[in-house]
Amino acid sequence: MAKTLFDKIWDKHVVQKMDDGPSVLYIDKHFIHEVTSPQAFNGIEKRGLKVFRPQQVVATADHNVPTLNQHLPIKDELSRLQVQQLIENCKKHNVELYGLGHPFQGIVHVIGPELGITQPGMTIVCGDSHTSTHGAFGAVAFGIGTSEVEMVFASQCLLQTKPKVTRINIEGELHNGVVSKDIILYIISKITASGATGYFVEYAGSAIRALSMEARMTICNMSIEMGARGGMIAPDETTFAYIKGRQFAPGGEQWEQKVTQWKQLYSDADAVFDAEININASDIEPMITYGTNPGLGIAINGLIPVTDTIPDEGERKNIIKALQYMGLESGKPLLGMPVQHVFIGSCTNSRIEDLRLVAGLVKGRKKNAHVQVMIVPGSQQVAKQVQAEGLDKIFKEAGFEIRQAGCSACLGMNEDKIPAGEYCISTSNRNFEGRQGAGARTLLASPLTAAAAAITGVVTDVRALI
Amino acid sequence: MLKAKRVRHSALSVKHRKMTPLQKIHSRFVPLPMENVDTDQIIPARFLKATTRDGFGKNLFRDWRYENNDETKPKSDFVLNQSQFSGEVLVAGKNFGCGSSREHAAWALQDYGFKAVVSSFFADIFKNNALNNGVLPVKVSDAFLAELFALGNEATITIDVAAQTITIDASGTQEVFDINTYKKTCLLNGYDDIDYLINNKSQIEAFEAQMAS
Repeated sequence: MAKTLFDKIWDKHVVQKMDDGPSVLYIDKHFIHEVTSPQAFNGIEKRGLKVFRPQQVVATADHNVPTLNQHLPIKDELSRLQVQQLIENCKKHNVELYGLGHPFQGIVHVIGPELGITQPGMTIVCGDSHTSTHGAFGAVAFGIGTSEVEMVFASQCLLQTKPKVTRINIEGELHNGVVSKDIILYIISKITASGATGYFVEYAGSAIRALSMEARMTICNMSIEMGARGGMIAPDETTFAYIKGRQFAPGGEQWEQKVTQWKQLYSDADAVFDAEININASDIEPMITYGTNPGLGIAINGLIPVTDTIPDEGERKNIIKALQYMGLESGKPLLGMPVQHVFIGSCTNSRIEDLRLVAGLVKGRKKNAHVQVMIVPGSQQVAKQVQAEGLDKIFKEAGFEIRQAGCSACLGMNEDKIPAGEYCISTSNRNFEGRQGAGARTLLASPLTAAAAAITGVVTDVRALI
Repeated sequence: MLKAKRVRHSALSVKHRKMTPLQKIHSRFVPLPMENVDTDQIIPARFLKATTRDGFGKNLFRDWRYENNDETKPKSDFVLNQSQFSGEVLVAGKNFGCGSSREHAAWALQDYGFKAVVSSFFADIFKNNALNNGVLPVKVSDAFLAELFALGNEATITIDVAAQTITIDASGTQEVFDINTYKKTCLLNGYDDIDYLINNKSQIEAFEAQMAS
């Protein structure tokens, strides 16, 4: 029977299927971090258990870590204790930890792929909703809660109900100045922040196939922002070329065998999806959000919706409340509006390619005097590459501040917060109320659009600077 | 190729009880008529630094509840600060629990005293997290939700897990909600998934052996 890419991987990992109940799904790789794992370690210890398959677990510290002076003890006591607990738990349970100071440390969804741990055909979980990122390699990857982290520790399995599968086809060529972040912000603005709940999404079409792995990761990363548990893209030569030679990639004879297997990972021509959406790449403009969920986005030169004309009462109230929080007006443009902060980082857009894009635009330019610009590389390896390519000099000359790897101002768990009432153009994934700090106002955009605002100090159509 | 074994949920054999069984709720409810309530609102990230599951209730909806993060300045327009509203059930607008996978959101709701959340639509990860902590997500129709929001603070509802029904006591309006048989058995008896998985370890090991061969 014809199968979707998702079905091929899911079905292969089902250990047991209950009648009118979930499946026992086998998990190949389990990433953990300091914030959502301590209670899970406590849980298995209370039951007198050890981690069942420690070699399939990889840990890093990313969510609460400072992005300055990482060689010094963490100042915030609770964060320090949480990171210390991770170190102790990993030691006790023989789990590999790429903690602070380790050359592989970084945002969990950046290091998995860059180390070659993330591979096609795998089932991958992490106690973080952006685990969907790894789906860019043709893996079934999704975020889980801490009780589920405990389940995987205890059994290397999860009880999961099989989701429905939708395919989003994006055909054609992107306009100049439009990048993968714009594609995903466009999709979410069309189908809303809950439009793909209950589904896994496969992204397909010529516009997707033309993207690099970094760009594909940005798209899969934000699948959760439309409610989808995961997003995925069929692996191809771009995927294989990215993985080849990385630290934990298969080598020698095994490489050829793996690639042969990976080439079977695609949706069969007559596979049936529960839903299918078609998008023209040429309809997509640089995007920006104006509201407090990632679905409230518009083209950079568009207008904020006129709230009076929104027919659905719930949606209207929602947008009125969002605009109130954001200090923005219905029916007005965002273009030309001053911003005080630019944040370039997060598991969505902190990879080397993102930083190359930014450097390409800002080279020889200076940031606007009224804007604070923070660049947080996704990992130690990305930071090293930034230096090797001399991008750090470009950023410094432009007046940008470069920090050390971590989740940083994406969620404001460490000191990197945006002050209340101020605007931040952010390359991250969520513009929820208070996400970047209590009262902070977040405008989500691509690294290019963020870089353009850094230079002009206002919301800018990057195409004017290219 | 390995063939997945099908089992009946009656095969559930559990030795270890962790959760409090949940069978019936008869209570007033707290209305929160907002859509897309994300887990960053339920529990902001700065409160995720604990290493235990306890004590999150005091920070539930922290930034909607207090002025400038100050516990001595409750915002009078937020429902948790309005003493006329109380109960073991939170009733919220559609897409409740979207965003981050933080289970701390479910822990905060539970620690505050909620045993169920009623909405017309739940985010997937939150739904699992809630169920794994014995907090029941009850999905109802838009019309049922609208009737709930239109009721006064004295109104009560009854949720019957075994019958899978939610009833507005005064009007008798009733809906059947969806929950799979396995999860229902877990809730009614206080079983959890880990017990189930541990009890099936030999099958998991056999699966691993076949995957490797």
